[in-house]
Amino acid sequence: MKVFLRAITVTIALFILCGFAYPLAMTGISQSLFHKQANGSIIESNGRAVGSELLGQNFTDPRFFHGRISAVNYNTYKPEDKVPDKNGKTAYSGAASGSANLAPSNPALAQRVKNDMEAFLKANPDVKKEDIPADLLTSSGSGLDPDISPEAARIQIPAISKATGIGSEELNKIVEKYTTGRTLGIFGEPRVNVLKVNIEISKMLK
Amino acid sequence: MGIIQIIITLALLAVLVIPAGKYIFNVITGGKSFIDPVFDRVDSLIYKVTGVKRSEMGWKQYAISLLVTNLVMTLLVYLIFRLQGHLGFNPNKNGSMEPFLAFNTAISFITNTNLQHYSGEWGLSHLSQLAAITFLMFTSAASGFAAAAAFMRGLAGKTKNAGNFFVDLIRITTRILLPISMVITLLLVWQGVPQTLSGNQTVTTIEGTLQDIPLGPVAVLESIKHLGTNGGGFFGANSSHPFENPTPLANLVEILSMMLLPASLVYTFGLMLKNKKQSRVIFAAMAILFLTALPVCYLAEQAGNPALSAAGLNQAMGNLEGKEVRFGIAQSALFTTVTTAFTTGAVNNMHDSLTPLGGLAALGQMMLNVVFGGKGVGFMNMIMYAILAVFLCGLMVGRTPEFLGKKIEGKEMKLIALAILVHPFIILIPSAIALVTGPGLAGITNPGFHGLSQVLYEFTSAAANNGSGFEGLADNSLFWNFSTGLVMFFGRYISMIALLAVSGSLAAKREVPVGIGTFKTDNKLFTFILIAVVLIVGALTFFPAISLGPVAEHLTLGK
Repeated sequence: MKVFLRAITVTIALFILCGFAYPLAMTGISQSLFHKQANGSIIESNGRAVGSELLGQNFTDPRFFHGRISAVNYNTYKPEDKVPDKNGKTAYSGAASGSANLAPSNPALAQRVKNDMEAFLKANPDVKKEDIPADLLTSSGSGLDPDISPEAARIQIPAISKATGIGSEELNKIVEKYTTGRTLGIFGEPRVNVLKVNIEISKMLK
Repeated sequence: MGIIQIIITLALLAVLVIPAGKYIFNVITGGKSFIDPVFDRVDSLIYKVTGVKRSEMGWKQYAISLLVTNLVMTLLVYLIFRLQGHLGFNPNKNGSMEPFLAFNTAISFITNTNLQHYSGEWGLSHLSQLAAITFLMFTSAASGFAAAAAFMRGLAGKTKNAGNFFVDLIRITTRILLPISMVITLLLVWQGVPQTLSGNQTVTTIEGTLQDIPLGPVAVLESIKHLGTNGGGFFGANSSHPFENPTPLANLVEILSMMLLPASLVYTFGLMLKNKKQSRVIFAAMAILFLTALPVCYLAEQAGNPALSAAGLNQAMGNLEGKEVRFGIAQSALFTTVTTAFTTGAVNNMHDSLTPLGGLAALGQMMLNVVFGGKGVGFMNMIMYAILAVFLCGLMVGRTPEFLGKKIEGKEMKLIALAILVHPFIILIPSAIALVTGPGLAGITNPGFHGLSQVLYEFTSAAANNGSGFEGLADNSLFWNFSTGLVMFFGRYISMIALLAVSGSLAAKREVPVGIGTFKTDNKLFTFILIAVVLIVGALTFFPAISLGPVAEHLTLGK
């Protein structure tokens, strides 16, 4: 019996310490030391919040760079996507994350890649099939990948230049500006933040 | 560049192992440490309010205290899950959990498994993320660690007692887990992991659509998730989510936090035995197994997917399906190998989309369940194999086997046999059941051989208390919630108690003096015997299942 009593008191003490006191203290410290990051690294354009610099978005406009395939559509939606249809289902049912979890051997994966490849080649007629970087046609793990590889950005430039009238030179410079190299030259992979590049383009369009 | 970043990460670990191992030794032996002035006050306050006396326990009393405490915690957390819709601090207005999902989730987190049949985005309130999940991440890690401490005390044989479970639990939490977690939390927030009490924010994008930005107290959960080798993510996508793992630097911090304590514990063992050579043997055996799996995973992922090659997609960048651009192949393969060796179960890429051999490296390490392992448990399993190895060698030369100066006899071998057999039993039997029943088969989402791998991976992960998954598996159903709940429970406690019993039994024996006929267990020869025993037992048990799953998928892929 004594062991039950001890188990209960120790549980309560650790519950208060680890479940409440510690997280609240760390929230206070984080909010004061790293205010921007602690609140989701929100990025603003023309004075209003347009996204997070760490989360990708679904871009459909041909004037913008496109990101990776997302199984959750980057949690982007239109107001009407939240209205239930006849069966009570909504096109958007709240924030999510993840991939479609297709196995390498799943025929649905190869089929999806083929379909997307066709659409990409149509939108980018100058591109040869074997030059398409794999990250553009594969789905990210999170469905929210904010980045594409520098190769994947460069290959989209001719079509975007045509759609926007912005010169390739200029677009190249924007891409370079938002390219991050390996951390300390060692860790991770070089990458381009798609949202930041597109915000820059959207400013030039006005 | 890929190989260099992997080597540097492992080198950083090597630098940390010795100081961390010494510090852990101090904490579990009650030695002096420079931060005593602070922590002595915290600890004595906790001892005072909880009424914990620092009396010694025998191994039975220790095990009972652990079980009862874990039971009380599980019930508390189960109630929170069931009632979270009404308890407040729920800005995203998520509902309460249904009974079987709550059962599965409570067991999953108390057993340090963190198999998640829900997604954080819709499954938990902020209150549950902190008061249930974060709380259990500390206490389940501390419980496993405490069990390992008691086990080592028995093997070191200086005392017949196992220590005091409550003192161990509190000291490990306040002196190891909390302070290191604080540092990791701040590093992660600095890199971009949110830490706020508010809920999701909706923004209007530059294309005029809406986007939900998921927010919450992510960083405090994220830090102990790795440090405690828990692995359950705040969000569904786990450490591939940019808010859980925003940069390669955050990825490095997370990888090192997973490896730090399980690897250092092996060094601590040497200090407790006063025989560093013995801990080097154990460490070397673990490291060799790890360094075998790592290149398999890396090279397989780098080689890409032949089926996509056939579809015309250039695979020079490797198999990127389910991976994040910022991590690429090297950081993804390293994370996958580490998370399954150190049985964390966090993922920074989707394991279901790994190439068959990449997935096999992950699966294989969980099947062996001795490659460093989670908090304490992997270490205990490796010692279990060491005793088996001594026993087999003893049989071959016809001598009574000895380990660390104690005779290994029938009683110990029966317990060891039980602990070794339970692992494959709770993987293969439930997998077989799932493959012949409707509700089991209903979970499979990928066709062909990979479907079998999905089932096998799920039960292996549950039994090894890992928690990663081939996440395509539609596992939030009565069958999967109930079956994996039981597997996690047995996987955690049967071997833990059997091994505590072994250590208690050895501690009670008289020490046999070392003679010329003594079989040495602290040299290179024994390292290889140990690896051979682990691999032979593992291969004999799992080879048929592996052949039908990943191996068959590999041989037919792209054909």
